[in-house]
Amino acid sequence: MIPQIFILSIVLFLMAKAMPGDALTGLIDPSLDPDALAAMREKLGLNNPWYVQYWDWISNAAQGDLGNSFKYKMPVTELISQRVSNTLWLALATLILTYLIAIPLGIISGRYNDTFFDRIISGYTYIGFAMPLFIFGLLMLWFFGFYLGWFPTGGSVNPRATEGVGYVLSKIYHLLLPALSMALIGVVSTVQYLRNEIIDTKQKDFIITARAKGASESRVYNRHIFRNSLLPIAAFLGFEITGLIGGTVFIESIFAYPGMGQLFIQSIVGRDFSVVIAVALLFGIASIVGALISDIILNIVDPRIRIK
Amino acid sequence: MSEELLKIENLTTSFRIDDDYYAAVDDVSLTVRKNEILAIVGESGSGKSALAYSIMGLHTRARMEGRIYFGEQNLVGMPANQLNKLRGKDISMIFQDPLSALNPLMTVGRQIEEVILLHQPASGKAERKRQAIELLDKVGIPRPEVTYLQYPHELSGGMRQRIVIAIAIANGPKLLIADEPTTALDVTIQLQILDLIRELKNDMEAGIILITHDLGVVAEMADRVAVMYAGQIVEVADIYTLVTNAKHPYTRSLLNSIPTVNEVKSKLHVIQGIVPSLKNLPREGCRFAPRIPWIESEKHEAHPEMHEIAEGHFVRCTCYRHFYFPAHSEEDSEHVHS
Amino acid sequence: MSILEIKDLKVHYPIRGGIFRTVVDHVRAVDGVNMTIEAGQTYGLVGESGSGKTTMGRAVIGLNHISSGSIKFEGKEIGHIKGRSRFGRDIQMIFQDPYSSLNPKKRVGDIIAEPLRNFEKLSPQEEKKRVHELLEQVGLSPESFLKYPYQFSGGQRQRIGIARAIALRPKLIIADEPVSALDVSVQAQVLNFMREIQRELNLTFLFISHDLGIIRHMCDKIGIMYKGRYVEEGTANDIFESPQHIYTKRLIAAIPDIDPSHREQQVEFRRSVQEEYKEAHRRYFDENGLVYPLKPVSDTHFVALPQKG
Repeated sequence: MIPQIFILSIVLFLMAKAMPGDALTGLIDPSLDPDALAAMREKLGLNNPWYVQYWDWISNAAQGDLGNSFKYKMPVTELISQRVSNTLWLALATLILTYLIAIPLGIISGRYNDTFFDRIISGYTYIGFAMPLFIFGLLMLWFFGFYLGWFPTGGSVNPRATEGVGYVLSKIYHLLLPALSMALIGVVSTVQYLRNEIIDTKQKDFIITARAKGASESRVYNRHIFRNSLLPIAAFLGFEITGLIGGTVFIESIFAYPGMGQLFIQSIVGRDFSVVIAVALLFGIASIVGALISDIILNIVDPRIRIK
Repeated sequence: MSEELLKIENLTTSFRIDDDYYAAVDDVSLTVRKNEILAIVGESGSGKSALAYSIMGLHTRARMEGRIYFGEQNLVGMPANQLNKLRGKDISMIFQDPLSALNPLMTVGRQIEEVILLHQPASGKAERKRQAIELLDKVGIPRPEVTYLQYPHELSGGMRQRIVIAIAIANGPKLLIADEPTTALDVTIQLQILDLIRELKNDMEAGIILITHDLGVVAEMADRVAVMYAGQIVEVADIYTLVTNAKHPYTRSLLNSIPTVNEVKSKLHVIQGIVPSLKNLPREGCRFAPRIPWIESEKHEAHPEMHEIAEGHFVRCTCYRHFYFPAHSEEDSEHVHS
Repeated sequence: MSILEIKDLKVHYPIRGGIFRTVVDHVRAVDGVNMTIEAGQTYGLVGESGSGKTTMGRAVIGLNHISSGSIKFEGKEIGHIKGRSRFGRDIQMIFQDPYSSLNPKKRVGDIIAEPLRNFEKLSPQEEKKRVHELLEQVGLSPESFLKYPYQFSGGQRQRIGIARAIALRPKLIIADEPVSALDVSVQAQVLNFMREIQRELNLTFLFISHDLGIIRHMCDKIGIMYKGRYVEEGTANDIFESPQHIYTKRLIAAIPDIDPSHREQQVEFRRSVQEEYKEAHRRYFDENGLVYPLKPVSDTHFVALPQKG
C-alpha cells in the first residue's frame, strides 16, 4: 500500500508540473518586472529539478503541509479540512442508501428470477447503467429541488442552523438529495451483482444438501443462499468507495455542495494546482484504502482466503 | 431381512422441455428392503440420479406420477413441510462431490448441527455439539474436536465425504441414498468410504440405495442390483446372478465393456450408438433396440414388459432370449486371461 | 527407439509467505523423475490426487515450468523451450476437464478444425469432411458440427477434445485422465479407438490415470507416482502380478473386484495388505513420508526400496 501511494504521489506531481504555467502565472500583476518574477520563482524553488521540488513537496505533505492555495489564500490543509467532513458525510449517506436500496432489490430479483418483479428491477438496472450520473443529478435537482421544491438546491447546511439538533437535521436535509441521486445510479451494479450471485448460489450443490437435510425453503434461502451471496457484496464496500469519489466530483458540483469534489473542479478551473494535487492525492489514497478494506473484509467473511 | 422399507410403484418423473413433458424416470417399480444395499446402475442420462432425487423430493420443477411408499406414507405429492420432517431424518442422502455438497462458508460443526437442530428442535446447543463430535468420530475423523471447527476447504476429499456421511446419518436414517458417493475419490479412499457405508448399514440396519456407474463398486457392495437404461429399469437381480448370469443385452454389454485388472481383453466391447437424450427417447418399443441393430425388430416386444425369469430376476423385453454378441466385428470380445 | 526421454525432472512451485511474500518453501510437485517412453508404446502414469502425475504431463507439453532436469523428444532437448508452441503438431494433449478445455464461444466444427487450419492447408470441403470423420470416430453425431460446447454433456465434450487432439495425427499424445468423465460404454469406445489409431499411426501415448483397470488394459509400461516421486516402474505384468512396494500393493488391493463371490477373500486380502502397510511403513518411507530412489529388481522392474545396510 505504501509503494502504491508513493507512485501515485510522483505521478500526480509530474502531471501537475506538466500543466502549462505554474503557480505564479496569472496570479502576479502582469506589469511586474520579469527579473523580480524570476527571483520570486527562484525563491519559491520553482527552478529546481523536479525531484528536488517533489522532495520538498512530499516531505512537507508528510508533515501535513500541502502548501497554500493561491485562490483562497490559505493553507491547503485548512481548506481541505473544512470540506472533507462534508464529503465524508455525503459518501456515508450514499453508501447507506445504496445498501438499503440494493439489497432488497437484489434479493427479490435473484430469488424470483425471471418473474415480473425481476424484469422490472432488471429494467431499472439497465437504465441505471445507461444513464450518466451528471444528467441524472441534474434531473433530480430540477425535479425535487426546483419543480417540487422539496429539497434545498445548494449548500451543505442552512446558515441559520448553527448548533444542536437543528444543525444535524439541516445537514441531513441538504445531504439527502445528492446522496439519493448518487445512490440510485450507484446501486445498479450492486443489484446486478447480488442478483447473479443469488441465482448462482441457488444452483449450488450445497443448497441441495440443505434441502436434503429437511430445511424449509425459507431456511434454505436465509441461512444458505442469502448469507453466501451477501458476503461477497460486503467485500464490494471498498470498491464502492472508489466509485463514490468519481460520483462526488459530479454531484457536489451539480448540487453546489461544498465538499472535496466541488473543490476539485473549482481548483482545476482556477488552476489552483496545489489544491488539485492535494485533493487528487487524497482521492487516490481513499481508493487504495478502499481496495485494502475490500481485501480485509473478504478475508474476514470468506474462510477460504483467510490468512493463516 | 425381507422387510420392505421403500416401495416404488410406477414412478414417472417428467421434465418440461419447451412445451412438452419428457420422462427422465419412466414407469419405475422397485422395492428396497431393510438392511440391504440395492445398487442402481446406469450411465449418465439413464435416470438413476433423477430417480434418487424423486425419492428425496428434490426436483423443484418436475411432474411426478406414481407412488413411492415409505412405510405407509406416499412421498409423491407430499406437502413440503411433511417431506421436510422425513428428509434428513428417516431418509437421507450422500452426494457425489463432497466439496460442492458442503457450504463453503460454514464450519463442519455447524453444518452437522444444522441437521440435528432441524429434527431435534428441543436439543440444546451443547447437546448438538456433543452429537456432532460423536458423529465425526463415528465416520472416522481422527481429531473430531479440531475438524468440528474447520471449513470444508481445509479437508481432503475423503474427509469431506465423511462429513457428508456424518450429516446423512446424524438422525439415524432408515433409508440412505448414496449418489455416486466415491466417484470423485481416489481408489484407496473409495475403499475406506465404501467400508464405512457398509459398516454403517450394519449398525443402523438401514436400507441403502447405492447409485453408481461403476460395476466394480456394485460387485463389492450390492445385495441386489437394478440396471437402468434411458429412464427405465431393464434388469433386476441379486448381485451374483447379475454378474454371472445377466440376461438383458444392455447389462451384458456393460459387463463386457469395462476393463478390469484381473482380465486383459484385447478389445473392449463397444455399445454402438449413443445414449439418447431425454428429448430423443424412443417412446415406443424396446429402448435398447437401436443400439443392437443386428437383432431383428420382431424379437423385441411392442410394449416391453418386465419378465420374472427366475425368482427375483426380472428382465425387460423378450429380446434378451435372442441376443448374441456379433462375432468378428467391433464387438469382438475374445478374452485373454493372463 | 525412445521417443521421449526424461531425466531427473523437477517441477517445484514456490510457496510465498510473510509480509514481503518471500519464498518460504517449495511444493515439490515432481521431484526427480526419470522416464523413457518407446515409440508406439503406451506408458501409463498412475497416482492418486496430489501425486504429481498431471504436473508431469503438463511439464512435457510445456504447460508447466520446469525447475530442473531434461526432456528429450526424439533425441532433441526440449525442456528449455517455453510455451506450448514448441511441439507444433507432434505432441498433443487430451485434457482431464472437458468443461474448461473447450472454447465456449466456438462451434464444435471450428474447435476441431482449428489445429487443421493451423497446420494443414485443406479446402473447405476437405476440412469439413475431415471434421465429420473425426466426429464419427469419436462417436458424435454429424449435427454436432454446428453446435456449441455447452450443448453437450461432459462426456461428449471430452470426445470433442479427443477429436481435436487426433486431428493432426501427432506422434505423442499426452492423455490426462482422458476417459474418467465418460460413461462406461463410451469409455470403451474411446479406449478401443485410441488403440486403433495407435496401431494405425504408430502413436505413442503417455496415459495418465488413476483407474488401474484402464491402465492395465491400455499400457505396456507403468510408472506409479506418490508425492512427486516414482514408487515403482515396470511392465504391466511386473506391476500387477508382482508389486514390490507396499504402496503399490495397497493401491492394487483397493481396486474393486468385479466378482462378488470374492468378497470374503477380498476383505481378508485387504486386511493383510493394510497390516503389512502399517507395519512396514517406516521402512518404505523416509522421515518426510517420501519414497526412496528406484532400484532395479529385474531388467524391466524398478522399485523404490529402502537403502539396505
